[in-house]
Amino acid sequence: MRKWLWVLGMALGLSALAQTGKLEIFSWWAGDEGPALEALIRLYKQKYPGVEVINATVTGGAGVNAKAVLKTRMLGGDPPDTFQVHAGMELIGTWVVANRMEDLTSLFRQEGWLQAFPKGLIDLISYKGGIWSVPVNIHRSNVMWYIPAKLREWGVNPPRTWAEFLATCETLKRKGLQAPLALGENWTQQHLWESVALAMLGADGWNSLWNGKLKFTDPKAVAVWETFGKVLDCANKDAAGLSWQQAVDRVVQGQAAFNIMGDWAAGYMATTLKLRPGTDFAWAPSPGTQGVFMMLSDSFGLPKGAKNRQNALNWLRLVGSKEGQDTFNPLKGSIAARLDSDPAKYNAYGQAAMRDWKSNRIVGSLVHGAVAPESFMSQFGTVMEIFLQTKSPQAAANAAQAIADQVGLGR
Amino acid sequence: MRDRITAFLVLLPSLVAVGIFVYGFIGQNLYVSLSDWGKNPAQALAQRPELHFVGLANYQELFTGFVDVRFRQSVVNLIFFTLFFMAGSLGLGFLLAVALDQSPKGEGFFRTVFLFPMALSFVVTGTIWRWLLQPQGGVNVLPTLFGLPPLSFPWLTTREQVLVFDWNQLPFYTALAVGLMLLYVAYRAHREGERKRRFFALLSGGVLLLWAFTLGRGVHLLPYPEPHGFSLALVGVILAAVWQMSGYTMALYLAGLRGIPVEILEAAKVDGASPWQTYRYVILPLLAPITLSAMIVLGHIALKIFDLIFAMAGLDYAPTDVPAIYMYLLAFRGNQFAKGAAIGILLLLLVAVVVIPYLASQLRKEVRR
Repeated sequence: MRKWLWVLGMALGLSALAQTGKLEIFSWWAGDEGPALEALIRLYKQKYPGVEVINATVTGGAGVNAKAVLKTRMLGGDPPDTFQVHAGMELIGTWVVANRMEDLTSLFRQEGWLQAFPKGLIDLISYKGGIWSVPVNIHRSNVMWYIPAKLREWGVNPPRTWAEFLATCETLKRKGLQAPLALGENWTQQHLWESVALAMLGADGWNSLWNGKLKFTDPKAVAVWETFGKVLDCANKDAAGLSWQQAVDRVVQGQAAFNIMGDWAAGYMATTLKLRPGTDFAWAPSPGTQGVFMMLSDSFGLPKGAKNRQNALNWLRLVGSKEGQDTFNPLKGSIAARLDSDPAKYNAYGQAAMRDWKSNRIVGSLVHGAVAPESFMSQFGTVMEIFLQTKSPQAAANAAQAIADQVGLGR
Repeated sequence: MRDRITAFLVLLPSLVAVGIFVYGFIGQNLYVSLSDWGKNPAQALAQRPELHFVGLANYQELFTGFVDVRFRQSVVNLIFFTLFFMAGSLGLGFLLAVALDQSPKGEGFFRTVFLFPMALSFVVTGTIWRWLLQPQGGVNVLPTLFGLPPLSFPWLTTREQVLVFDWNQLPFYTALAVGLMLLYVAYRAHREGERKRRFFALLSGGVLLLWAFTLGRGVHLLPYPEPHGFSLALVGVILAAVWQMSGYTMALYLAGLRGIPVEILEAAKVDGASPWQTYRYVILPLLAPITLSAMIVLGHIALKIFDLIFAMAGLDYAPTDVPAIYMYLLAFRGNQFAKGAAIGILLLLLVAVVVIPYLASQLRKEVRR
């Protein structure tokens, strides 16, 4: 008995001793998203008390500043131990093709994640036989938000296709609502575009746009811009000056009927504005995208040359675990990437999203880094500007194709 | 001799440092701008990226490439911004200086107030003015204080442009401008009686204008017309920039005005000059060196402007784009390092165009002394 205790004590002592040193986590989660990351870090410290965690956060929505800092550090030969990155091509097209990341396939095998995550997601984070990052959360991009009470007041239903949407828009305009669709700055316009494109091309067409099988100059793809232009006519003209929160505010205040935004809008309305999901505000898939879940995901990867590789691997294990994801996501306002997470921990919107996540077809978002490399995405803003300036679907399509050729999209 | 050696040794470290960290890096940037770094995503961020020499391809693409329409708009924006910003700051600064020169009550107080914005950074100025120029607030609701309806000008969010021209016609416009300038040189030479200079200026100007109106109209940079113009969204940015910098020109001008000997002004008065004539023919010419130095300082601020626009309109909004912002977007978001470096070189050249003639004239003066 004594001997057994002694062995146990030695083993515990050794395992605690084994994990020492530091772990630097690089992310852009500050402000509203900070507490979720902190909860995850607390969990890590419980498991590995000997490790000193350095929370290297660079503020700025969607990582606009963090990505530039990360680039400087990676090029300077000083990679963080692990860093936050949008899952999919944003990581692959930037860092994996440059041979800067470690393949995590064996980790996925060890932890049984190939079954825990849906296949559509695994496909999006795989490239050339490797799996390159561990997704911690899932957001949905193609969601339309509205206030049910307001719609009843105006006597309209949430439209199910873009054609229906345009008709509803006309009705609302006749009732004196100047801009039935609330729209914000640059990236939210691209965000609207991807919802329109998904509806017009279907999930298969959308995917073939990104593997190069469907050209942007194809009549089907040009038609996306035509519809997009009509949809823009329903939106507010001062969009460029509004943040996405201000665009949501317009819907909440009844100055607009609809807003197409990712499901962080649910977090904003439920947590910040204290509205009850499902009653005070409601949602539907963006018109024409029923049964398709356009996803984006924050994930963590392992750069080659990480100074504390073992600690980083333990972090990735935690990030991909059920416990880790159910700690992080309710606070962040997203859902778990795993299929086995606990619905009781999420609010009404989260539960609805989880049901869709399990049953819907999964495709990736353009604006949020899943389907196209950074070099394409960053120039897609220029395509949008060309369209807004010229109002010509053909000009926008030509520009998009030129950029796709230039960065070798789909190759 | 020993003094010289000591002086050289003392200067040596900074010479070496400047040689490496300024000129060395400018050289490296030039090299990068002539390479294809960033074209191939696999090489863009690789450990040891392979760079291939592509000559002036990046520059050519910027000025005539299909996808770089945004760069061209940003150049046009920069030119208009620089012009209006300099004119505004100089004009307003001069008027303020003239007003303060009358020694009104509380002059010291006003001087401080006018000079104060210069103490702020452009980011702070930008944030303040961003609030002031909100479509539904700030400046636009000012008229309601007097019982008038609010303005509805969408300051920073408009996409309207005026003075639109076709980028394709740029060779024509350039030849026209240079030709006219040469004709002016010829006219000056004629008045000064320099026959040789008159002849060459007239000849080259004439040839250039002839080319512009015959072949020049047929030279097209792009296969299709591409309109660019003065983007009205810049008006708000110019307002903020003028607000920030006119205090500085005021201080310069005030010092200049105070430095004008009273005798000269009195002599002008005795000669029967009206106040307007005094300003036009006496004071302004005496202030010319001050105007020049102010123009140099304002000019290079305008050409390098980044933070003000970053704070007011963000990086992504093309109507208020300038080359510095586009450079940042290309290099640090799009990983197009070579093209970003090319824009950097172009900006360096632009600043050099402003600063070098000034430095040269200053040096010449010092040598003469």
